[in-house]
Amino acid sequence: MNLYHYASPSTFYPLAGKLIPWFAALAFLLAIAGLYISFFVAPTDFQQGEGYRIIFIHVPAAWMSMFIYVVMAFWSAIGLAWNTRLSFVMARALAPTGAMFTFVALWTGAFWGKPMWGAWWVWDARLTSELILLFLYVGVMALQAAIDDPRRADRAGALLNLVGVINVPIIYFSVKWWNTLHQGSSVSLTRAPSMAQTMLWGMLIMALAAWMYTIAVALARARTLVLERERQTEWVRAQLEGQP
Amino acid sequence: MLKFLFTVIRRDVLLAGRRRGDWLTAQFFFVMVVSMFPLGIGPEPGMLRTIGPGVVWVAALLASLLSLDRLFADDYRDGTLEQMLLSPSPIALLTLGKAIAHWIINGIPLLLIAPLLGIQFNLPAEALWMLVLSLAIGTPILSLLGSIGAALTLGLRGGGALVTLLIMPLYVPALIFGAGAVEGVLSGTGSEAHLSLLGAFLMMSLLLAPWVSAMALRVSVE
Repeated sequence: MNLYHYASPSTFYPLAGKLIPWFAALAFLLAIAGLYISFFVAPTDFQQGEGYRIIFIHVPAAWMSMFIYVVMAFWSAIGLAWNTRLSFVMARALAPTGAMFTFVALWTGAFWGKPMWGAWWVWDARLTSELILLFLYVGVMALQAAIDDPRRADRAGALLNLVGVINVPIIYFSVKWWNTLHQGSSVSLTRAPSMAQTMLWGMLIMALAAWMYTIAVALARARTLVLERERQTEWVRAQLEGQP
Repeated sequence: MLKFLFTVIRRDVLLAGRRRGDWLTAQFFFVMVVSMFPLGIGPEPGMLRTIGPGVVWVAALLASLLSLDRLFADDYRDGTLEQMLLSPSPIALLTLGKAIAHWIINGIPLLLIAPLLGIQFNLPAEALWMLVLSLAIGTPILSLLGSIGAALTLGLRGGGALVTLLIMPLYVPALIFGAGAVEGVLSGTGSEAHLSLLGAFLMMSLLLAPWVSAMALRVSVE
């Protein structure tokens, strides 16, 4: 199998077009199942009451916000190393979704914080680093938007992305580094989670839904970017004329 | 190799010395920003002492950002930069030299002014020393990381504001540990941990930043 075959925009464009409906449908179904579990199946938390249910949005959004940044850095590194145009397109297509999830995580976090901590915002390490992550997303997008030449925009954005990815582990380990108000992570790979099974399932399914959504949206955005950049080529004309 | 590095540093420092107006702007900016805070918050000594380290550090950060967009821009405009990139010496040495020169021109004066501003904020003598020490370790980080931003935004419209947007989030660890070290002296909890982390951050930036900004320069100039 030749990976470069799939790295070619003319192969990618129709393939992504076929894949998007599947990922979108998966995202939709998983979101329905996840929301059902979160609202009707998962038991009420004995300490936090019903208010804790916001974590079913908050935690997946926070996970995705960090994960997407790492994936962007991955595509940036691939793009810089092998000079594949499509990798840069993928990195660029992911940025707005990542910024959106970061914002959602901050926003829902504020809604959770008000009843639980009595404050919309506290300057705790995890909140602060999530805010900085949002700034990093904004920085990458602003840089790419300011450069007209797509080649330079891709490369400059990729470099900034790789520099910023150092921040993601700091976010993750900030809980240990700074002694703060934010409760420690309840889900861990090394020990049994300290939450009810159904709650965990609800959260994982919602995270999967967010994941599928991200793939669908990123592919759709990447398709538009490819069209925009390859508009002079033969295959784009053939593609567009083939459709009614 | 080392000769090339020293030539770059010497040239930039000389150029800055010939154009003192540009150079003094950033220093006075630093002094003025710091002096605005008591006017905005009030002259209560206890309060000023608590916010002092943070204010001085944030102002140092802003002053460093202010002078960044000239790091490569002048050489880029008159074509010198392209000639430098064509030279056989490694570009990482060029960016390292530029960053060091930026620190000598903008960082060292900040170190000398900072204690005076600390006195305005009612900081005790030990805290003043710690402020100078933390700035001495921290301001090279600002110059090194800043050179990445300056290289990435070279020749773009609105470059000055853009470089702030890109680089400010990366300065956060330096700000936290730098201001934290002074805070540690004030609260008596000690500042070795902060200084060690700041030193580690400096080592990391020293190792990586020149290479990254060399790559960024190549992207921007090609």
